[in-house]
Amino acid sequence: MANSLIIGQYVPTDSLVHRLDPRTKIIIIFLFVIFIFFANNALSYGWLALFAVASAVATKIKLKFIARGLTPVWFLIIFTFILHLFVTREGPVLFEIIGFPIYSGAIIQGFAISLRFFLLILVTSLMTLTTTPIEITDAIESLLHPLKKIKFPVHELALMMSISLRFIPTLMQETEKISKAQASRGVDFKTGPIKDRIHAVVPLLVPLFVSAFKRAEELAMAMEARGYQGGEGRTKLRELTIAKLDWLAFLSFSCVLIGLFLLRQ
Amino acid sequence: MNSDQVEFRNVSFRYNDEQPWVLNNVSFSIKSDEWVAIIGHNGSGKSTIAKLINGLIFPDQGEIFVNGIKVTADTVWDVRKQVGMVFQNPDNQFVGTTVKDDVAFGLENRGVERSEMIKRINDSLAAVRMSDYIMHEPHRLSGGQKQRVAIAGVLAVQPNLIILDEATAMLDPKGRTEILTTVYDVKQNHQLNLITITHDLNEIIHADRVIVMNNGEVWTETSPRVLFTQEEGLREIGLDIPFVAKLANELSKQSITLTQQPINQKELLDELWTFHLNK
Repeated sequence: MANSLIIGQYVPTDSLVHRLDPRTKIIIIFLFVIFIFFANNALSYGWLALFAVASAVATKIKLKFIARGLTPVWFLIIFTFILHLFVTREGPVLFEIIGFPIYSGAIIQGFAISLRFFLLILVTSLMTLTTTPIEITDAIESLLHPLKKIKFPVHELALMMSISLRFIPTLMQETEKISKAQASRGVDFKTGPIKDRIHAVVPLLVPLFVSAFKRAEELAMAMEARGYQGGEGRTKLRELTIAKLDWLAFLSFSCVLIGLFLLRQ
Repeated sequence: MNSDQVEFRNVSFRYNDEQPWVLNNVSFSIKSDEWVAIIGHNGSGKSTIAKLINGLIFPDQGEIFVNGIKVTADTVWDVRKQVGMVFQNPDNQFVGTTVKDDVAFGLENRGVERSEMIKRINDSLAAVRMSDYIMHEPHRLSGGQKQRVAIAGVLAVQPNLIILDEATAMLDPKGRTEILTTVYDVKQNHQLNLITITHDLNEIIHADRVIVMNNGEVWTETSPRVLFTQEEGLREIGLDIPFVAKLANELSKQSITLTQQPINQKELLDELWTFHLNK
């Protein structure tokens, strides 16, 4: 029960990556996702892969654990590879599989796309592995801050996100309670054809929604009683600070980017 | 200082025009530094009083003053700065993702400086003996612990008045005792007004004064000690007095007269042995 309540897949260690400002991580990953499309030969791909793997090692999280977290996407990566193998028709034909000609360009293209896909997922999952959801929320609030000028409700959005995060375990506990209560009255969630099982979810969802609305109303009242008047004139306890370490991270990432442009053709 | 902290002047309220009055021409006042318990059965209007004091709702008739300020839509934020509230459901008033963030919420709303915030968070968590849980998430706390965090959140903003609106109603006996001792400690160590709203007469024994509500009207206003002698009347309005008081009343029916109405077990024992000695 307690295990199923861990939100996201955050793994606490004392690594430098964990100590980076979440904004630094978001910006670097955002840029990485863009610049990975500039890689166009083995060397430049290798260079970016080196960066990704080095970052993964720097998190001090067991690589086995990271790999296990990626298992659901392995299938997609392999599928992409095979698709490219059969669809791309460039370069000389190398050999045939049951009548399908396999071109040399297809193998290269297949490798490149799968590798790109793999790196994207690896790097973004490093983000969630090393950053708590609430840090991500704070980072988003801070990064979107300029949008306030065009009346975009940045503070409200961030508060909504943090309240949802806070209520996920509460609502999960509640779901468990309701499902037990309904099971004791004879609702069967676990056996029978899919159609019946989907039907069985209705008596679970209705009370859950009713109570969620009631909670929302009470929470709103409690927040008001505690003096909440929106984002204006509000101070923040959780502070984000760009430290030396973050500048160092930006610097090394710039080197990675320069390296990329030197290595690509 | 002996001025009125809270004053109700002929207040009437109903949730909408078709419904009966929840409060009907209610007047009372609460002095500074006083601990007042408001009791009544469900629907007697006691929780409505709490919401009215904090400006969460406004009276249809009459006036309410908090520390000399009349509660209106314009003054409501000034009033809320002085009034802290703890509600019934421990889960539905926990805003932060951790204990620390939750206590900070009220301070953040008031624009308190960060360094001051950290100091006040530590102080108020120490006052409710929750310092060891500062980084805990709400789902790892018991109901009583969550309510203690809620009290810390209220203490941190340093209000003049704290209202506990059935804060123990959803807790188990252990959590209830936790909260009652916490509240008692806090009242001893801080200079503030306290209003506890409850339907459990066991919780009023430390109060200076009790206001009993019935059907939207003030039924009586007295001290806990005097109230406990009015067993019959209380039963008629759906309230049950504690065992100690019941026993004392039964004893007096058997013409065993005690010198004063005992309020807790220790007092009853003292009364009994002195009675036995003087026989």
